[in-house]
Amino acid sequence: MRLKTLVAVLGVGAVVACAPVQSGPTNSGTDEKTGQLRVWLFDEVNRGPKEAVVKEAITEFQGKHSGVTVDVQYIQVASRAERFKAAFSDPKSAPDVAEFGNTDLAGYVSAGGFSELDLGSWSESKDLVPTILDTAKVDGKTYGVPWFVGVRALYYRTDVFTELGLKPPSTLDEIATTAREIRQKKPDMLGISAGGKYLFAALPFIWAQGGDLAKQDGGKYTATIDSAEAKAGVAKYTELIKDDICPPATCAGNGGDASVEQFRAGKAAMTIGGDFNRKSVDASSAAGKYGVVPLPGKTAGSIAPAFAGGNLLGVLKGTQRKTLSNEFVQLLASKKYQQKMYTAMGNLPTFSDVQKQVSDSDKFLEPFTKTLQAGTKFVPVTPAWAKIEAQTVVPTMIQEVVTGAKNVDTATADAAKTMNAAFTS
Amino acid sequence: MTAKGQGRTAFAYLVPALLVLGGLLAYPIYQLVLISVYDYGQEQVSGGAPLVFLGLGNYQKLLADQQFWTVLGQTVAFAAVCVVGTLLVGAFLAILATRVRTWVRMTLFLAALGAWSTPAVAGSTIWLFLFDANFGFVNEVLGIQGFSWTFDKWTAFGLVAAQVIWCSFPFVMVTLYAGIKAIPGEVLEAAALDGASAFRTAWSVTLPLLRPIILVVTIQSIIWDFKVFTQIYVMTGGGGIAGRNLVLNVYAYQQAFAASEYGLGAAIGVVMTVLLLVITLFYLRALKRSGEVL
Repeated sequence: MRLKTLVAVLGVGAVVACAPVQSGPTNSGTDEKTGQLRVWLFDEVNRGPKEAVVKEAITEFQGKHSGVTVDVQYIQVASRAERFKAAFSDPKSAPDVAEFGNTDLAGYVSAGGFSELDLGSWSESKDLVPTILDTAKVDGKTYGVPWFVGVRALYYRTDVFTELGLKPPSTLDEIATTAREIRQKKPDMLGISAGGKYLFAALPFIWAQGGDLAKQDGGKYTATIDSAEAKAGVAKYTELIKDDICPPATCAGNGGDASVEQFRAGKAAMTIGGDFNRKSVDASSAAGKYGVVPLPGKTAGSIAPAFAGGNLLGVLKGTQRKTLSNEFVQLLASKKYQQKMYTAMGNLPTFSDVQKQVSDSDKFLEPFTKTLQAGTKFVPVTPAWAKIEAQTVVPTMIQEVVTGAKNVDTATADAAKTMNAAFTS
Repeated sequence: MTAKGQGRTAFAYLVPALLVLGGLLAYPIYQLVLISVYDYGQEQVSGGAPLVFLGLGNYQKLLADQQFWTVLGQTVAFAAVCVVGTLLVGAFLAILATRVRTWVRMTLFLAALGAWSTPAVAGSTIWLFLFDANFGFVNEVLGIQGFSWTFDKWTAFGLVAAQVIWCSFPFVMVTLYAGIKAIPGEVLEAAALDGASAFRTAWSVTLPLLRPIILVVTIQSIIWDFKVFTQIYVMTGGGGIAGRNLVLNVYAYQQAFAASEYGLGAAIGVVMTVLLLVITLFYLRALKRSGEVL
């Protein structure tokens, strides 16, 4: 009898839920003009100035729209994936407007999280730098407004270079030779602090050789990391993580932050760092003893294409205040507030004229804006990329090469295989 | 009251416990198995894509993956080392605790409880600081500044194993100490009167009496160490250089959950559950054979 009851209980359970849960369609269709607008922005180490600018924008916005309040919640970057996944699954807990990283875009859009934006009616939008605006597009449709952009260049120690009579490298090949020479003469120093997990430092090497991670063909991505050009780039980058430049025991496990940290600690003569690393380097032992140049390309005078990182502002699909959300995005991402955000946080603007304006007034930014103007590149815009990044496919490939576990041919071939599996799944 | 009526009353008393167990154990496992037979990613969760029934597809994919077998082997070996280490250290200190003066024992217990109650993330981070290549206390003492403990596969595994042993030996020590203390003094006295040596007493009297407790702590340790996540994730930066320090739980997280492949992740979860169930069954049988009343 007890067994029968158990079977009956299990049976009922099986009928009630015979498939994993799915949440319903999130498009509400309503468009209210009053009430509370909920906004998610990223929390930062030093949030004060950002919060002040955002408050200013809110005051202006609330002044224009009576009966509207704006509620901002600052969310942690580290736990953003969980927060956004939860928001997409449950529209009631979701914000109307959110800041998000441009590498997350494709995944969020395919999860049905963000709605398409029509920027045609917004006059300022024509000044957005096209390659940066591209990072807000999936299949030609725009889902966000670039709020700021982050780009990396070559940091080097001016005192070390002067002492050794060196000049900053002018071609990609010279980075290795210069770095090797420095370590030979100063064995305590890393020639250049490169990291085995520092994807955004490795990508320019691949792009500069004419290679890429993947190519798009009729909406489908295919890995090209095993092409001859990409392999040349991988070889050039992994050459840096060798005992005579940046020993694997120190550098193979480093990501971007740890790589810059070596430079901050005064242990590296060069590193690849972003405009956003400036404040932390200025607060380190390398302060006042460093310069920045664009990461050189294959030929002298050229600039290696950099990765266009940055954050977007978008409107969530489940919002009940679409018009208000759009207007708030256009206000917070406007030239006026990007200028203010630059002053407050040092965030690089995404409008070409505002970029020029800030780099004219601040010489430090020149190598970065030059890099931006030379043309930037991006990772494949597909939800599969989030998967490839989570599975650490490219860092693993680099680490396999630098530890000698695999040669460049095998490592790139294996990475291409894993990437293609993700692209076709 | 008839026998049948008695049975009913007993069942009624058990219902609340059964409901709790069903809700907390059976239902999640049922969901886990269910998800593992679907292609279930973030798009499917938020309703952006239809559900596709895969049958055993996720399992086939998993079992065909060369890396899964490597990681499984590493996990088993790593857990074995941790279990043996934990038991040896725990048993040694438990015996020591029965032989020393009260204040020494108190100090030992306080230190062990400190290690036990340290959160895994904090413990791992502190160990990383201690073993830091350039600024770590250990390298300073050994005079090997610049030596990276986490770079080489084997030193990295060794370091993490040491940390796992450090935070799990207190349980073994406290349990065994209680077990040793519970052995009636007359038994030991009788052995002494019969002229048994200390070793003989330990081997033929203490050890058999401790057997059930040793079995419990062994199985507990196996289950814990097989499921290690935090220490590997924190100390080797998510699985070591080129993923060579991956264990099953970290692998499942990285390949499946972080990549939003919940179906595949659930399949790994089911495989782990089955493996651990087999170990538990083995444990129950071993208990039965040793004459324990279950």
